[in-house]
Amino acid sequence: MSQPVLSVRDLVVGFPTRRGVLTAVDGVSFDIAAGEVLGVVGESGAGKSLTGAAVIGLLEPPGQILGGSVHLEGKRIDTLEPEAMRRIRGRRIGMVFQDPLTSLNPLYRIGEQIVETIRTHAKVSSATASERAIDLLEEVGIKGARSRIHAYPHEFSGGMRQRVVLALALCAEPQLLIADEPTTALDVSIQAQIIALLKRLCRQRRTAVMLITHDMGVIAETADRVAVMYAGRIAEIGPIGDVLRQPRHPYTQGLMGAIPAVAGATATRLTQIPGSMPRLNAIPAGCAFNPRCPRAFDRCRRLRPEPITAGRTEAACWLLAHDAGVAS
Amino acid sequence: MSSAPALVEAHNLTRVFDVSKPWLNRLLEGERRRLLAAVTGVSFTIGKRETLALVGESGSGKSTVARMIVGLLPPTGGKVAIDGIDIWAPASAAQRQRLRRRLQMIFQDPYASLNPRWRVDRIIADPIRAFRLAADRAEIEARVGELLRLVGLDPADGRKYPHEFSGGQRQRICIARALSSNPEFIVCDEPTSALDVSVQAQILNLMRDLQDRLGLSYFFISHNLAVVKHMAARIGVMYLGRIVELAPTAELFAAPRHPYSRMLLDAVPDLAMTGRRRKPIEGEIPNPIDPPAGCPFHPRCPSAFDRCRAETPQLLPAGSAMTACHAVAAHKI
Repeated sequence: MSQPVLSVRDLVVGFPTRRGVLTAVDGVSFDIAAGEVLGVVGESGAGKSLTGAAVIGLLEPPGQILGGSVHLEGKRIDTLEPEAMRRIRGRRIGMVFQDPLTSLNPLYRIGEQIVETIRTHAKVSSATASERAIDLLEEVGIKGARSRIHAYPHEFSGGMRQRVVLALALCAEPQLLIADEPTTALDVSIQAQIIALLKRLCRQRRTAVMLITHDMGVIAETADRVAVMYAGRIAEIGPIGDVLRQPRHPYTQGLMGAIPAVAGATATRLTQIPGSMPRLNAIPAGCAFNPRCPRAFDRCRRLRPEPITAGRTEAACWLLAHDAGVAS
Repeated sequence: MSSAPALVEAHNLTRVFDVSKPWLNRLLEGERRRLLAAVTGVSFTIGKRETLALVGESGSGKSTVARMIVGLLPPTGGKVAIDGIDIWAPASAAQRQRLRRRLQMIFQDPYASLNPRWRVDRIIADPIRAFRLAADRAEIEARVGELLRLVGLDPADGRKYPHEFSGGQRQRICIARALSSNPEFIVCDEPTSALDVSVQAQILNLMRDLQDRLGLSYFFISHNLAVVKHMAARIGVMYLGRIVELAPTAELFAAPRHPYSRMLLDAVPDLAMTGRRRKPIEGEIPNPIDPPAGCPFHPRCPSAFDRCRAETPQLLPAGSAMTACHAVAAHKI
């Protein structure tokens, strides 16, 4: 297999406080290949957005990387100086956030913002950059791009703004795109358009995508592989079809049962996972999920499970260990 | 459900907002008044123990309907009646008070809808005091404890402040407060959209249990089709302030009639990954200040014909559903 575009190993992100370090991301490892979409899914506080921010070097202090490594095309980037990291951001790693308005400057016209971004990353004349901006806007599905580059962000609807942000993120042809909840602020019909667009653009360019979302439906539509996060750790990672059809980790199983289905007959009750995600200062010993797990046993309370391979999936669960004596 | 007498009846509800510029600007700039019709001609009934849901995208007017039903926003036209009594024109103040006790509301944001400076027991006891439902302090205390247990919290939690609870627990507190006046009818405006899926499942299960135990009727507003399907017996689909389809849940999901319902269902990400081909969706919701003439959906509709551009369709029976579509009425689709 060729070298992955992004390779994250044992990443630890923490917040030093007076009462010790709060670990928000704890030993996360994954790879993303060129043209592959990795979905990172989890509930609030699972550490998915922090993982994305750590990869792109945008952790808000006091949050910091406390361990592990991040490699972009074989080159280590988590130890780079801020100036060197700034040059990678935008050019080699693109970013799309939830709220398109926070990514666009309200005082500048759409065209100016795209031209500025293009000229920051490539030595081209402003006329060439302007032509490229129009091409890009047309490519992301903005009709009449030639006249609309003179519009301000507030003149666009939410869906159109997210298209512009996507154009901005992709204008330097990055190898990796990190999309953090790109469709959460949008209505379902617009969401479907943006998902389809994201998929098409990244497939054409063979961009690696890290898609962070809480919405399993969006992941199911978009991702090739999925990583399910819980309390700062990856509970389960594998090809999307395998994880959806045969979730191995009890947390993933509970999560799937908790989502009301659109297709098929309506269940009378949804699966309930008792309790809620632990706070950062009270992550249980052993498996972080053990107090909420219906199948937890003695070992889960003592030892933290390492990822165990089951089929094409890896899950951090002692039930999958050969000597556990429990068939999954 | 339709054979039982309706508990709630909304008839031809309309709400227009004045979004004009100030008077002086209008005078100087020669502009006219600008009116936004947020809700136009919405009618439905909700039976005892029934859940009716309204689903639609942002700006479709579903929350405006909810606020008119619960009495927070006076309608510009039309009528809301509970047990035949018009909630906007009750015969007497006492009747209004009796009516108010019977309907309650649960809001989307459990962080914004609880007073941060009040303890939880005071929050829950407030409706009991306001409607004088308990004789003395001891009785109020006992009732609050009972309500907390009913929603899966501990009676001792009453001494805490809202910030000490998670989002899901806060929504439980909101439900306890809504139940404290023994209502028959609860309006729920996106009650789980701010919650994570595993917590959402807890709240939805709780709401269904409470409906069975207390015989409640729900009016449920959501943008999430899967949640609506799980909760409601009948669903109204809204588009630009109008109900375009009103159908029993199973029927809407098995065979949506209105082109907009079809599009909406097609847009939902598919967890089962059945590999169905989805029709690409075109366009966005138009500006409600300047809606298209005729059927508001015609610019995005694949089945639109001449009549759709000229004449606004009425909500007409089509099988066991109701649809506002010329193409459906003419059996074209």
